[in-house]
Amino acid sequence: MRVGDNVLLDKVDLHVNCAEVVALVGPNGAGKTTLLRTILGEIPYQGQIAFRVGGQVTKQPKIGYVPQKLRFDLDSPISVADLVASAISRHPVWAGINAKWSNRVKDVLALFSAEHLCGRKIGQLSGGEMQRVLLAIAMTPKPDLLLLDEPASGVDAQGLSLFYRIVNDLRKAQDISIILVTHDLAGIASFADRIVLLDRVVIAQGEPKDVLLNEKLIKTFGPALWNVFRE
Amino acid sequence: MTIIDVWYRAVDLLPFAWAHYDFMKSALLAVLLITPLFALLGTMVVVNRMVFFTDVLGHSALTGIAIGAVLGLREPTLSMMLVAVVLAAGITALKSFTKASMDTVLGVVFSFVVALGIVILSRQGGFAKYTDYLIGDVLAVNTRDIVFLLSVSVLVLAYWYVAANALTLTSVNESLARSRMVKTFLVELSFAALLAMVVMVSIRLVGILIINSLLVLPAAASHNLARNMRTYTLWAVIISVLSGIGGLIQSYYWGTASGATIVLFAAAFYGLSLAAGKRMRG
Repeated sequence: MRVGDNVLLDKVDLHVNCAEVVALVGPNGAGKTTLLRTILGEIPYQGQIAFRVGGQVTKQPKIGYVPQKLRFDLDSPISVADLVASAISRHPVWAGINAKWSNRVKDVLALFSAEHLCGRKIGQLSGGEMQRVLLAIAMTPKPDLLLLDEPASGVDAQGLSLFYRIVNDLRKAQDISIILVTHDLAGIASFADRIVLLDRVVIAQGEPKDVLLNEKLIKTFGPALWNVFRE
Repeated sequence: MTIIDVWYRAVDLLPFAWAHYDFMKSALLAVLLITPLFALLGTMVVVNRMVFFTDVLGHSALTGIAIGAVLGLREPTLSMMLVAVVLAAGITALKSFTKASMDTVLGVVFSFVVALGIVILSRQGGFAKYTDYLIGDVLAVNTRDIVFLLSVSVLVLAYWYVAANALTLTSVNESLARSRMVKTFLVELSFAALLAMVVMVSIRLVGILIINSLLVLPAAASHNLARNMRTYTLWAVIISVLSGIGGLIQSYYWGTASGATIVLFAAAFYGLSLAAGKRMRG
């Protein structure tokens, strides 16, 4: 894949199975987010991306996406209900969210125990709360593939373990494939089925225990990993 | 009897000196059409951080008028619209397809369209006859303006009903919006083009120098008060209409330019909203 004359990603050959959690790890600028955005269809590429849903090849699978970082003003007037409603409904939020949609929004948020956040403005949410709201949006309607861009950044340890638990339950209960970008190797080691080490090309992929001992990975993230993995 | 005649008679019933002048009656009608329209558009301009962009659009009127003059048009609205829409499309494309710093790009375009307009219009020292466009004159509103304003109001309302959710989502995160099947480029392009049209329809009435204030101030004031998109929109429209009516009437008594007086009222509302917002948050 190239943008201008820069080849951002090259020779990426990945296969993600049903209900599998694949973690993309790699140094900054490795092309992790670029790969997610390519799967989303935002960036033109050479090569092929194929989706198969229920045995059928499809061009447009349902993809749920949780972006890495939202750039909005902290005093933005957009409320959580506004955000959810504008994502899932055509009824214009500026005209007020009617009872029907208000209930629907609450149902969506309740998936991740976030219905109490409904009336809050998005700038007033903590990292973990925002993440649950975004995840609730990404899960409505139920996607075939869930893309999570750095869910661990800006979330405290407690929020993170809650997050992993929710996602794990999801995958098991709903048969959803998940690709997530992360720097949280400690958290992901016990959670992902496979880890892909990316640095413009796929350097290594496989089960966590194999990839986490990769020389390049240790070079990138430091020897602290040894301890993590031994635990 | 046309709708405008009905309006004239209705205003005549008000017990104020200004209410008996036809030019004030027309101006009031124009203000009541422009202010909610600008408030609505302004809400998205502010959350989408397009304040500088709309300022450039407003000032591009200078180039639009100049091109109209070169082509020998008696009335430059069409050439102004053309320049503004092309500019809006160009800037939106640049923003979407390059990593250019928009702040700098807008600064460059701003300088260019202002300078080009002034250079063409000032040939043989002729700029003086265009100064009306700088401060605007809502008292000079005619039936054609009213018809234009009514048409764009209908257009904006329809657009708002269909596209406002997509605009809201895009303002939060473009990739998120695209994952929800929003065509973000189309949404941004259509919004920019609509802004260009509305600004150009109103510019002779409001004035190049202050048109952006009218777009931004009510939404900015409402930003300080709102708890969600509904109250944000509602407050913006209320503040805009009140500033419009108050400013127009006050300009009659002060003998000042109406557009600027309206903006002063809106600025006062902004100040009040800052204080009120602080109190609301405790």
